[in-house]
Amino acid sequence: MKKSIIGALAVSTMLTPVAAMAETEVQFWHAFTGRLGELVKAQVEEFNASQDDYVVVESHKGNYSETLNAGIAAFRAGEQPHILMVFEVGTATMMAAKGAVRPVYEVMEQSGATFDPDAYIGAVKGYYTSTDGDMLSLPFNSSTPVLWVNRDAMEAAGVDPDTDLSTWQNVGAAMDALKAGGEECSLVTAWQSWIHLENLSAYHDVPFASQDNGFAGLDTELMLNGEAQVAHLTAMGEWAKDGKFIYTGRRNEGGANFRAGDCALFTESSAGYAGIKAEAQFDFDVRPLPYWEGVGNAPQNTIIGGASLWVMEGHEDAEYKGVGEFLSFLSSSDVQAKWHQDTGYLPITIEAGEATRAAGFYDENPGTDVAVIQMTANEPTANSKGLRLGSFDQIRTIIDEELEGIWAGDKTAQEAMDSAKERGDALLRRFEAANR
Amino acid sequence: MEKRVTFRGWWLPVLLIAPQVLVSAVFFFYPAGQAIYQSLFIPDPFGLSSQFVGLGNFKYLFGDRFYRAAFGTTAVFSILVTLCSMIPALFLAVIADRLIKGSGVYRTMLIWPYAVAPAIAGVLWLFMFNTRVGVVSWYLGNLGYDWNHVLNGNEAMGLVVVASAWGRISYNFLFFFAALQAVPRSVIEAAAIDGARFWRRFWTIVLPLLSPTTFFLLVVNIVYSFFETFGVIHTITSGGPQQSTTILVYKVFADGFVGQDLGSSSAQSVILLFVVGLLTIIQFKFIEKRVHY
Repeated sequence: MKKSIIGALAVSTMLTPVAAMAETEVQFWHAFTGRLGELVKAQVEEFNASQDDYVVVESHKGNYSETLNAGIAAFRAGEQPHILMVFEVGTATMMAAKGAVRPVYEVMEQSGATFDPDAYIGAVKGYYTSTDGDMLSLPFNSSTPVLWVNRDAMEAAGVDPDTDLSTWQNVGAAMDALKAGGEECSLVTAWQSWIHLENLSAYHDVPFASQDNGFAGLDTELMLNGEAQVAHLTAMGEWAKDGKFIYTGRRNEGGANFRAGDCALFTESSAGYAGIKAEAQFDFDVRPLPYWEGVGNAPQNTIIGGASLWVMEGHEDAEYKGVGEFLSFLSSSDVQAKWHQDTGYLPITIEAGEATRAAGFYDENPGTDVAVIQMTANEPTANSKGLRLGSFDQIRTIIDEELEGIWAGDKTAQEAMDSAKERGDALLRRFEAANR
Repeated sequence: MEKRVTFRGWWLPVLLIAPQVLVSAVFFFYPAGQAIYQSLFIPDPFGLSSQFVGLGNFKYLFGDRFYRAAFGTTAVFSILVTLCSMIPALFLAVIADRLIKGSGVYRTMLIWPYAVAPAIAGVLWLFMFNTRVGVVSWYLGNLGYDWNHVLNGNEAMGLVVVASAWGRISYNFLFFFAALQAVPRSVIEAAAIDGARFWRRFWTIVLPLLSPTTFFLLVVNIVYSFFETFGVIHTITSGGPQQSTTILVYKVFADGFVGQDLGSSSAQSVILLFVVGLLTIIQFKFIEKRVHY
């Protein structure tokens, strides 16, 4: 036994240098742990096994913010990876970094890998595409907010679980009934700014920021203190005061409450599917995100959250060829369909969505296509294409702080959003100055 | 006349202080110089370009009412942390000093929390006070108190103060205990023979004799609460709710590593450097006069 191990070691040490010479290494930094981390690792292994020219080396660099920081620090030290995963709010930062990133469409052209920009779903690709229509980064994991319903909790409170929850007016009425039926937590949310401001704006086709939500220029200003947003937050504030909407934190803390069966309704990303399916001991439903009947052009389409893959500058041509091959592999229909079904993230290509439907996945797992339909029902407008704002991670923190003011009853929705605009605009001006 | 000893030659003293100078230069003067230099620019995150703005970053910061508010938050936070970590430590040390049996076990147990890293301490306390599954918040709920540090700024401040002070009590305890052991028994015995009771002896003899230690701990704890509490705040509140637990050092992090605004972040480090320097000078100038060595 011992001998064979030593033998194997000797053989492998002898073989390694040869293998390393033949294969070009591509570094891929990502932000996934747990189940998602395993799935990424599996994708990479599958790619490595499928050909002999390139080896993709994946490494986990912490959460989204930490991964972006690691990438930036590495670039400053001249040790950047080839592929860096950046969450959607970091898009403007990466876009502005000309000279640090190589646009995906260029990488694909140079590498000669198969690449058809039209194969990608418009609402997904739009977030990461320049105003000229060139794809800058490859969408990797994208999700959109939906409404999760605990059917058992509805029934226990004497509310018909099949009741129409497509509008906030209906949700409001349902929550009155839930409260009357003894439900202590009618509504809980994750990612409050993303769902109740950014997506709310897109869904009602009202601007979140000027200059087409920042797509048209750096001289953008927040417009989140508009009528539609303030009306929604006022209603949410009322629900918080009445003890119907329970605030649990800035991230997805509310997921624990919902999965434990404590809450009846939950606004959360469609990618919450894996966790809810694994943990929920009750009957649940996925519904489209509610909208306000009669406000704006609702329902327009919702926007995505998640991350995309950016290619960094400063490597050898041969390595970029490998990057191109890997990105092309990730976009292939089989890989995408599997990713979509395993995680609840949206498929990035139209074909992968169709393949999933054809395989009968949506029939077996009802509700998993709600997000896809919600995203693709309408052609995105200037207000619903996405957001491209500098310092957006920090602007979200400001929004979180101001929303907490509303939930605590310290501020009216109008006061809070006016203040968020003032503070956020100051950061946008700093970003404009830094990237002039 | 003052008596002075003069050594001949200059290379030996230079050689002897060289390691300290080198360490200070590498870990303090160089980074501090970099921070001052960078605070005059607005660079982009990737270091591809940067614009000279002079004192523009400082002007921007002092024009921001939330930055000014962070000074108040920091003052409240550091005073509370210092008090909450020193008073219980002194109390425990006095009690431990009176123990005859089992003082070794008692001491060891008290020193334990110091071995817990701030971020882990933060998670521990967060778990106990978690609004949904926390043990303490559950008991408070049974008593009719609705604990919610996620929305209530005062509760959030209380929680980060306790979590920051907790591990620090051990550290302070160690120093107080050592200092208590050094108080000459003869003085205390003499006072006891004169009829002074325990607390009287404590106030008039022990506490004044502890003053060098107390002063040292005061300086060290304030510096601790300014800088090293970052992990606790990051894990428990991330500076919220609203901005009620955003202290200066947390803002340096948030602007630099979340906002990628390195110019503003550097300017804040420079300001922080001056604030702490100033505080230490004040402490040495005014409080040290009242210390008996």
